[in-house]
Amino acid sequence: MKPARRTTMIASVLLIACLSGTVFTLGRVDRLRTGASLEEILYISSPKVLKRLSLGYDGLLADVYWTRAVQYFGNKHHSNAENYKLLAPLLEITTYLDPHLVVAYEFGANFLASPLPDGAGEPERAVQLVENGIRANPNEWKLYYNLGFIYYMEMSDYAKAADAFARGSERPGAHPFLKILAASMAQHAGELETARMLWITTLESTQDKQIKYNALAHLRALKIEEDVTNLEKLVAAYEKKTGHLPSSLNDFVAAGILPGIPADPSGRPYKLVPDGTIVVRHPDDFPFITKGLPPGQQAPRPDFSKLKLELPH
Amino acid sequence: MNTRIGNIASNTFREAVRDRVLYNLIAFALLLVGAAILVGQISIDIERLVVINLGLTAVSLFGMVIAIFIGIGLVSKEIEKRTLYTLFSRPVRRWEFIIGKFFGLAGTLVVNTFFMAIGVFAALLYVSHHLQKPDAWLLVALYFIILQFLMITAIALLFSSFSSPLLSAVFAFSLFVVGSFAEDLRGFAAMTKGLTHWLATGAAYLVPNFSALNVISSVAHGEAVSRQLVFYNSAYALFYAALALCGAVLIFERRDLK
Repeated sequence: MKPARRTTMIASVLLIACLSGTVFTLGRVDRLRTGASLEEILYISSPKVLKRLSLGYDGLLADVYWTRAVQYFGNKHHSNAENYKLLAPLLEITTYLDPHLVVAYEFGANFLASPLPDGAGEPERAVQLVENGIRANPNEWKLYYNLGFIYYMEMSDYAKAADAFARGSERPGAHPFLKILAASMAQHAGELETARMLWITTLESTQDKQIKYNALAHLRALKIEEDVTNLEKLVAAYEKKTGHLPSSLNDFVAAGILPGIPADPSGRPYKLVPDGTIVVRHPDDFPFITKGLPPGQQAPRPDFSKLKLELPH
Repeated sequence: MNTRIGNIASNTFREAVRDRVLYNLIAFALLLVGAAILVGQISIDIERLVVINLGLTAVSLFGMVIAIFIGIGLVSKEIEKRTLYTLFSRPVRRWEFIIGKFFGLAGTLVVNTFFMAIGVFAALLYVSHHLQKPDAWLLVALYFIILQFLMITAIALLFSSFSSPLLSAVFAFSLFVVGSFAEDLRGFAAMTKGLTHWLATGAAYLVPNFSALNVISSVAHGEAVSRQLVFYNSAYALFYAALALCGAVLIFERRDLK
């Protein structure tokens, strides 16, 4: 073998060996530093300073910070975090760098508003963020919708929700449901139908698959809530009439009260348990449900990758 | 006279095109544009924005780097290789040399921008599947980027006409950074009084204003660019480039090349 060829061979082998070595040692270092997460540090917290440092390329920096906010939220959400302390500053920086990045107000506010551990549990900051978004983008009807959604779902402030929906309904291209939502806030706040309308608006107004899955999962949970409430009313009426609980839902079918055993959104029939409550057979398929859970079981954490949801076309 | 400038410009263009650094930078810029597609996928709903913001920023920054690093060597390389003396032994005036070099590099940058812009539009087409009407404003942003290149090329030539390549690069890059803060500098000048006011105002107008030429963020959102802004930005960039070139000619005419 020629000396030059031999050198090439040795150098190539060494290169591969060293590359493997760096990957291996870095993996070990990462394992040692599990508690020291770099993402918990915001080196420059001032949006104004960052805007100056961007040298005019603030749009790109805003995209970087928005991606960072999404990744931060995703990691925290995945690990059931007890706090999301960097989320609000990251979103504030993002929207200061690019005040027209509507997506950051829209989804960022939902990340902030949802209660722990699903979100940061900071609805006031979420409202502040969306209000900033509305000031910078007064014609974006989705922002008014988001504002109303937060007031309704997270703060139960129906008057402010109605006001936000009403303002949004006047914007160009607004979803027709906004007018109905604004009107129904006064009389039907807290009712299932109002909540259903909110989630349908979310489902129809987003292109993002995760948000669509989330809305669909909520709509399925609302359907279960409605079904279980109705079936439990029937069970109570049956007990009142006969003095005992029905042995199963087949009793209703046999008595001609129901045409068949009602099924949950996944197609599986509901089940009557001995204490007279109605439950779903596979609660793990239904995140966000508040009714229909077997005794002592809590609603599962949403993991859309495991759920088989079909999005409407 | 025009032929001589044209010859110098075409030689400069050919020389720059042969430079390997140039291709590395273009390849890297195109790689970044491609990476924009991946970055868009780890975020929410900003694929198009990332492609436009990252793509145009890459075109702008890499173009600036090319302009500075090739621009600063335009004069010094000719002196180092002693080709300048051969050139001046012919009926070529010093100012023609400077203007020819400027047009040569400007032409190189326009061609580079054209290829990098194709990369940006291809990435955009890949992400969005079709181009929309507001995407036409990207052409205005690219035009403004070319105007920035003309200014920085003239600035690099100005420094190159009297300084070493290293110092020229430092000066030109510093002026690019300061130029990005030009509007802040003007705001600072407005707040001061007396002699400081005049000095600060003078400095604010003397440094190049790159911020007005950066519309990447707004075109990424499909916002229109007014005709007046296009007109005044064009006029400003041409005036500024001519100003820096005049400075370069004045210095180079008096420079002792022995």
